[in-house]
Amino acid sequence: MTLLETHGLTAFYGDFQALFGIDMEVAEGETIAIIGANGAGKTTFLRSLTGLLRNAHDAVRFDGRPIGDARANAVVALGIAMVPEGRKLFPSLSVEENLLIGGHAGRKGPWDLGRIFALFPVLQERRGAPATALSGGQQQMVSIGRALMSNPRLLLCDEISLGLAPTIIRDIYDSLPQVTDTGCTLMVVEQDINQAMAVADRIYCFQEGRITLEGRPAGLTRDRIRQAYFGV
Amino acid sequence: MDEWLNSIIQGVLLGGLYALFATGMSLIFGVMRLVNIAHGDLIVLAAYLALICVDATGMAPLTSLLFVVPVMAVIGYVLQRGVLNLTLGDDILPPLLVTFGISIILQNLLLELFSADSRKLQSGWLDTASIQLGDTIAIGLVPLIIFGVAILVIGGLQLLFYRSKLGRAFRATSDDQDTARLMGIDNRHVFALAMAISLAVVAVAGVFLGMRTNFDPSIGPPRLLYAFEAVIIGGLGSLWGTFIGGIVIGVAQSIGAKIDPGWQILAGHIAFLVILVIRPRGLFPRAVD
Repeated sequence: MTLLETHGLTAFYGDFQALFGIDMEVAEGETIAIIGANGAGKTTFLRSLTGLLRNAHDAVRFDGRPIGDARANAVVALGIAMVPEGRKLFPSLSVEENLLIGGHAGRKGPWDLGRIFALFPVLQERRGAPATALSGGQQQMVSIGRALMSNPRLLLCDEISLGLAPTIIRDIYDSLPQVTDTGCTLMVVEQDINQAMAVADRIYCFQEGRITLEGRPAGLTRDRIRQAYFGV
Repeated sequence: MDEWLNSIIQGVLLGGLYALFATGMSLIFGVMRLVNIAHGDLIVLAAYLALICVDATGMAPLTSLLFVVPVMAVIGYVLQRGVLNLTLGDDILPPLLVTFGISIILQNLLLELFSADSRKLQSGWLDTASIQLGDTIAIGLVPLIIFGVAILVIGGLQLLFYRSKLGRAFRATSDDQDTARLMGIDNRHVFALAMAISLAVVAVAGVFLGMRTNFDPSIGPPRLLYAFEAVIIGGLGSLWGTFIGGIVIGVAQSIGAKIDPGWQILAGHIAFLVILVIRPRGLFPRAVD
């Protein structure tokens, strides 16, 4: 069943056009990786899905419902959550408060504070600390946990490995199957192609605001990916 | 010696009123970085609303709070949702200009409706009731009530900010609007609620102002100035800091008046400048900013 569908999605970053008609279809339960160089439009695409950038009414459909022009705070309530690039924790809030505010929309589902602490036990130990006092990897866990607290049907992860040590990246990616096991659809934006190939059912490659490649990791050769990634 | 002690005590109590002037301003600055130039005139508006209640029904000024507080809160919500939200953005100038405009409109509207005559909210026996401490010091009941309410209001807001779901949403929105929206927080609604709470506090401040001193439509801007100074002295974003800031100005004015009645207002401003030189970020700046 199709969960997410975009049709001819265009988006602007100020005066600069960042996306030129993105068509994408994602089935419920799939894990999708979006790869592409800096400036390819990956983050802009995620921001469009969440409603932080607003589009034509019909450009984005979620569970059959047009949400292209919905406001971000309404989109969360429908079941799309984002782990933003750079984590974007609230510095005035403790670890626990950061997690609790993730549940602000009040969606019911499998995730609550106890389940997040079971997924990332270190967060329980640091629950009273200011969120920004944690290490980078722990902050990323808070950011993922915060997004899960809204019990999303679609979880968007923007560059969750950025700036983290390889062992931490492995820990974080190892936790993702526990998320998808609940039936949650996952979309990760990833610069590291190997990581993307390992985690995804399907890959989309973006280049200069267009999709240049789409397919299952097994069916894609390095050469085709390089071609799609750099355009040479 | 007792005379000086008396001045300080009266100054502290006056500071409670100034803290109430400043709290609403501190709150909306903390949540949305908005400096409300009309703040002082809204205080005066609240005093006139109380006057209408008192004149129409003969109720006690304290009772009029039951009417003035909710009305001001609704005005705050509508004002924010309908006007001020549209001015918020990366540029800090539009909200300043718009609230400046509202300030002028309010002053002239009040002048048109109520004339320039000086008015006061009469509380009967309460106006003259006092508690005698020793031979030379007497504490007026009205200033004491105002001071106590200031503590209650600030303590209550502190609880709201740090112990409630709404407070969490306030702090998150203040940190990062876009990410707060990703959590499902409607920033327009949160800002409007913050302004509603701010004007509810303004309502309390306005009624107490009218009970304590004479007021007329032109006295808003000086109250804005005291509020501003109290907020800056306390440190931006700190509610208890704002309370202390109000007391600093109250005590400075009281001591200034003791030295020479003409020095009252000036002494408050001097205290503000001195603290600004010694502690440019205020006495209790927020750790993260």
